[in-house]
Amino acid sequence: MHMADALLAPAVAATMYAATAVTVGASVKTLKKDEESAKLPTMAVTSALVFAGQMINYTIPGTGSSGHLCGGMLLSALLGPQAGFLSMVVILTIQCLFFADGGLLALGANCWNMAFYGCFVGYYLLWRPIMRSKAFKGLGAKGEGRMKIILASILGCVITLQLGAFSVVLETTVSGVTELPFGAFVGIMQPIHLAIGLVEGLITSAVLLFVYESRPELLMDVDNIPAVQAKRSVKATLVILAVLVLVVGGGLSLAASANPDGLEWSMFGNAESGYSENMGLDEENYGIASAAADTAASIQEKTAFLPDYAFANSDSAAGTSVSGIAGSAIVAGVALLVCLGGGFFRKKKAAAKA
Amino acid sequence: MDKLSLARSELREMDALAAEDSPIHRIHPLCKLLVTILYIVAVVSFPKYDFSGLIVMLLYPVLLFQITGIPVRLCFHKLRFVLPLVCAVGIVNPFLDRTPLLALGGLTISGGVVSMLVLMMKGVFSLMASFLLIATTSIDSLCAALRKIHVPAVITTLLLLTYRYIGVMLEEVSVMTQGYSLRAPGQKGIHISAWGSFLGQLLLRSMDRAGELYNSMLLRGFKGNFFYADVPPCRVSGLIYTLLCAAFFLCARVINISALLGSLFVR
Repeated sequence: MHMADALLAPAVAATMYAATAVTVGASVKTLKKDEESAKLPTMAVTSALVFAGQMINYTIPGTGSSGHLCGGMLLSALLGPQAGFLSMVVILTIQCLFFADGGLLALGANCWNMAFYGCFVGYYLLWRPIMRSKAFKGLGAKGEGRMKIILASILGCVITLQLGAFSVVLETTVSGVTELPFGAFVGIMQPIHLAIGLVEGLITSAVLLFVYESRPELLMDVDNIPAVQAKRSVKATLVILAVLVLVVGGGLSLAASANPDGLEWSMFGNAESGYSENMGLDEENYGIASAAADTAASIQEKTAFLPDYAFANSDSAAGTSVSGIAGSAIVAGVALLVCLGGGFFRKKKAAAKA
Repeated sequence: MDKLSLARSELREMDALAAEDSPIHRIHPLCKLLVTILYIVAVVSFPKYDFSGLIVMLLYPVLLFQITGIPVRLCFHKLRFVLPLVCAVGIVNPFLDRTPLLALGGLTISGGVVSMLVLMMKGVFSLMASFLLIATTSIDSLCAALRKIHVPAVITTLLLLTYRYIGVMLEEVSVMTQGYSLRAPGQKGIHISAWGSFLGQLLLRSMDRAGELYNSMLLRGFKGNFFYADVPPCRVSGLIYTLLCAAFFLCARVINISALLGSLFVR
């Protein structure tokens, strides 16, 4: 979900930077108020661990693929939302600077999409209410805590990832870099991230459950600390949940593929140029396989490639003309010359040194 | 090479590059940061069909790569993260935007093709710029520069500490993964029975260690802030570099230099 610089317009990037900066400022202020500079090493070590932990492949039972850990939820459950957010910001900055994972200009947007939702929405709207709720009372202290953690992590990962994916779509569309219509883009991004969120939620809950079993005091908002260490049955719970996820996921994808998906739908809206407002028309007469669509497509095919169709204003539309192309070639030639020159001088220098 | 060792070697590589010496390495980190941000802003602000205008921006990274002597190969290796999403977003443009823009002989180039190319170029160019920034600036001096522009000390200290520990953690996790895979041959990844305990064990140990670490930091006089490596004050050369670069970016952004050059030769 890391966005590159190319996907954002400067204005959008600046807005997201501002939003992230305000959140960082508020978090720093809250942390200082709590006199929590002692948290600093813990934050650093935990975020380094999450960074490394995100590279571990977890095998998903029954499939050949593997999933990864969700950092935002894990960090906010361990450190609290403010410290978790700052740690995520630092992780994203290091990923951006040293691994080129996400752009420098897009860093603000990436922090918002992944850290803000994961930490603040994930903590205040999901983790804390669920951990403090009276749900699963009948399962005993241990079982109750366990189920709450599983529920909170899965819901947290799914919902925060959905929000993040939606923000990516929103930011890209507002920036105007893609021809892909908003509806189609949402239709692609959301289901993919639903599956990812479910898997990440399971993995994150497994790690949190382990912490809960061994050192419950490390987790935020866990008050019913069990007195006796119960025997672990995490594996059984996880297997059941994993099967459930697969069944639900499989069912959902079947249902989704039975219906025309977002991309087809909007391609159809677009292929019939001039008909784009007909989104509300019924599939029978105007659908992708209908006669109307075929005629429209064939008409468009003919008109779109007529040579004298748009060339008259090509200069203004593209800023590209024959001279533009020639100039581009010259610039490329200059770049090549610079490279050759640089290589020549460096070789000379190396020879002089030797 | 697996992901973990790859990340470790990449970190080492970037550290080694930043420790080298070149005229660009000696420029004040704040100037370099400013120039990089200006460059990326200029690059992404180009209109979506402005191929010939954008290509001029290639000269900045090319020149920097040549002055510093950093191999471009290292940078292109990092494209694997950036390109997939950019491609995913850009790849549909040729299909959805079929407005013909240009005819070269019998070949018609549609707006979608041009906008896809421009989008990819923007992705590659801005990646090269941020790669060059970090390849010529150490993390310590970058943090010092960030402090100068009043980024909270918590963030910079956390950044430095996390950066230090990432190396340690990557090594630790790498050893654990190797140990695990040796005991579970032919198995891809971590089995579901170890999902929690694998990282959980390390997490508990590390969090305890962090407490001890904090105590030792206190004993050495830590007061919530690090004393950064001496960053010399910004010299005239840094200012000239910043101004020159900014002027070039502005010119390239406002005037289509390619078209201008081309019109000298083609009528």
